[in-house]
Amino acid sequence: MATAADTIEALAQRDYEYGFVTDVEQDTAPPGLSEEIIAFISAKKNEPQWMLDWRLDAYRGWLKMVEPEWANVRYEPVDYQSICYYAAPKSDDDRPKSLDEIDPEILATYEKLGIPLKEQEMLAGVAVDAVFDSVSVATTFREKLSELGVIFCSFSEAVQDHPELVRKYLGTVVPRRDNFFAALNSAVFSDGSFVYIPKGVRCPMELSTYFRINAMNTGQFERTLIIADEGSYVSYLEGCTAPMRDENQLHAAVVELVAHEDARIKYSTVQNWYPGDKEGVGGIYNFVTKRGLCEGRRSKISWTQVETGSAVTWKYPSCILKGDDSVGEFYSVAVSNNRQQADTGTKMIHVGKRTSSTIVSKGISAGEGQNTYRGSVRILRSAEDARNFSQCDSMLIGDRCGAHTFPYIDVANPSAQMEHEASTSKIGEDQIFYCNQRGIETEDAVSMIVNGFCKEVFRELPMEFAVEAQKLLEVSLEGSVG
Amino acid sequence: MLRVSDLHARVEEQEILRGVNLEVKAGEVHAVMGPNGSGKSTLAQVLAGREDYEVTAGSLELDGEDLQEMAPEERAHAGLFLAFQYPVEIPGVGNSYFLKAAVNATRKARGEQELDAMDFLQLLRERAKLVDVDEALLRRPVNEGFSGGEKKRNEILQMAVLEPRLAVLDETDSGLDIDALKTVAAGVNALRNEDRAFVVITHYQRLLNYIVPDHVHVLLDGRIVRSGGSGLAHELEAKGYAGFNGGPAAA
Repeated sequence: MATAADTIEALAQRDYEYGFVTDVEQDTAPPGLSEEIIAFISAKKNEPQWMLDWRLDAYRGWLKMVEPEWANVRYEPVDYQSICYYAAPKSDDDRPKSLDEIDPEILATYEKLGIPLKEQEMLAGVAVDAVFDSVSVATTFREKLSELGVIFCSFSEAVQDHPELVRKYLGTVVPRRDNFFAALNSAVFSDGSFVYIPKGVRCPMELSTYFRINAMNTGQFERTLIIADEGSYVSYLEGCTAPMRDENQLHAAVVELVAHEDARIKYSTVQNWYPGDKEGVGGIYNFVTKRGLCEGRRSKISWTQVETGSAVTWKYPSCILKGDDSVGEFYSVAVSNNRQQADTGTKMIHVGKRTSSTIVSKGISAGEGQNTYRGSVRILRSAEDARNFSQCDSMLIGDRCGAHTFPYIDVANPSAQMEHEASTSKIGEDQIFYCNQRGIETEDAVSMIVNGFCKEVFRELPMEFAVEAQKLLEVSLEGSVG
Repeated sequence: MLRVSDLHARVEEQEILRGVNLEVKAGEVHAVMGPNGSGKSTLAQVLAGREDYEVTAGSLELDGEDLQEMAPEERAHAGLFLAFQYPVEIPGVGNSYFLKAAVNATRKARGEQELDAMDFLQLLRERAKLVDVDEALLRRPVNEGFSGGEKKRNEILQMAVLEPRLAVLDETDSGLDIDALKTVAAGVNALRNEDRAFVVITHYQRLLNYIVPDHVHVLLDGRIVRSGGSGLAHELEAKGYAGFNGGPAAA
């Protein structure tokens, strides 16, 4: 354990080492990215030297990389030197004092989603009791979890309190120079979640960022690391169905999952970042790297995602099936309405024997939205008797949107069994008229038809999330027909 | 109850209905018979308010209300039901969920209290029994993977649950074997009462052996050329539609 004196000394040295001049009292870094800025972030977080070195190596790698252009999305180039890479959370003085100060349009959406008032205040960042309530809720949960040896904390806390675990696993699934956005994240990540489930423990509750109070405003470069030790189980929920507004246009998160022998990780996401207005102005660019490693035998990782937000989505939650008999799953609903663009899918890399993977992707395009499924299934030579089942369905609403599918299959072992199904359907006037004739209005008919289309994915979501997701889809597609 | 006067309608510039007159009173069963292309299905679609069918002249009234002023769902709320010739599949949407949405949308539009899950289930079970539909059908997605016979029976079940004032059956007999035909007909007969009217559209007389109509109309070339009692159907069966060509127009 480092003493306070050591830490201070390390900080002092660092300033010297990098000729760092920025006032440490300052809460926001000046725009731009450099080794100095990275050192500033690291110092702000009071990180050990190895963490800083790790960030710097990622940054040096990033400098040599070019932004990927292969995705089927178009957007204005990002000026990486104009972004502020560190900003302290807003103080209470800067926060809205009550919901009266919040954009009525956002409140209307909360209303439609049926979000309780207290929760609305929290989501909108109102500085009131709601926050204190949730602090106590969070504390209660944490105590219960720690009795079982489960670690669930912010990434920054983990670096301080569990450095051995972070050092052992960080970057083992998504290397710090993995790709352009992952390298950027590795250099400047702000915060995120850390989860460790000890051997044989079945985590008794869904772990949700919602209960981790400092997960709010984790910023644009979120970093999550989840480790399930032998024979353990955890279900993790990321995001929330309420629309999340953020001043930062670029979001580049990294999520790493490690499942040891007989461990199971279920990771569910509802992503509803601001998609921009109807003309495509504003909106978040969401460039995420999510990958899970089925390290041990019979381990299982299951990704379920409902992607309704963001102007541009670039996201491929993947599984490396290393352990024999390990299982990877990917269930996805991606919606692109108005001018939204989504290029999303998965990679299943079969390494171990008798590994199996399942992919179910549902893409919905409305307005002028463009929806792309991009998936890759690789069966390596070592993967004897591997199996994959893929199903990619697209639904079009209206005639100005698009659906695209790019499935890549690469088999190096002839014992593999591969199944691939794909369909594209249009919400037919026939279907809508049929519903109308039974007394159901067009908007309700569309939401019913779309929910039916997504059913196989929704049933993978934890119960209450599934209900919210259905409502969310309704709101996202509002006004897309007629 | 239903009054159709001098109805002209077209689809994509082609005039299909050319002056149809039809009056249906509560408690009556009317059969509209005609060969392919005579305009039978167009009449059904126009009554239900399908967008692609344009009414160019004439009027449609249900209980004195002008149907042309009403959207398809409003017509449904007013008690008009169409049993589709080709029932549509809605993958992933449970049959009973769909019906509950339909029932409650209608109740809501009429200012009635919506049914909760328990009450609805009770209603659904009771009606399924009435029209002899297996409960397993209720749990499957709407028409998805249904056989031709199952789809038609499902239409009758929906009708039984929605309890329309006026039910229009569009070639409900097509594609049914004799056993399925009997079940469907029995379902319809179980729903006959003095407040409800039926318009049974069919190509063949066969269905009318089981659903005995009060009135039979022969539709040819977009006009009703002859009307009569149930005996007219048998006459048609014997002579074929050719015998009515150039016959006196009842219009």
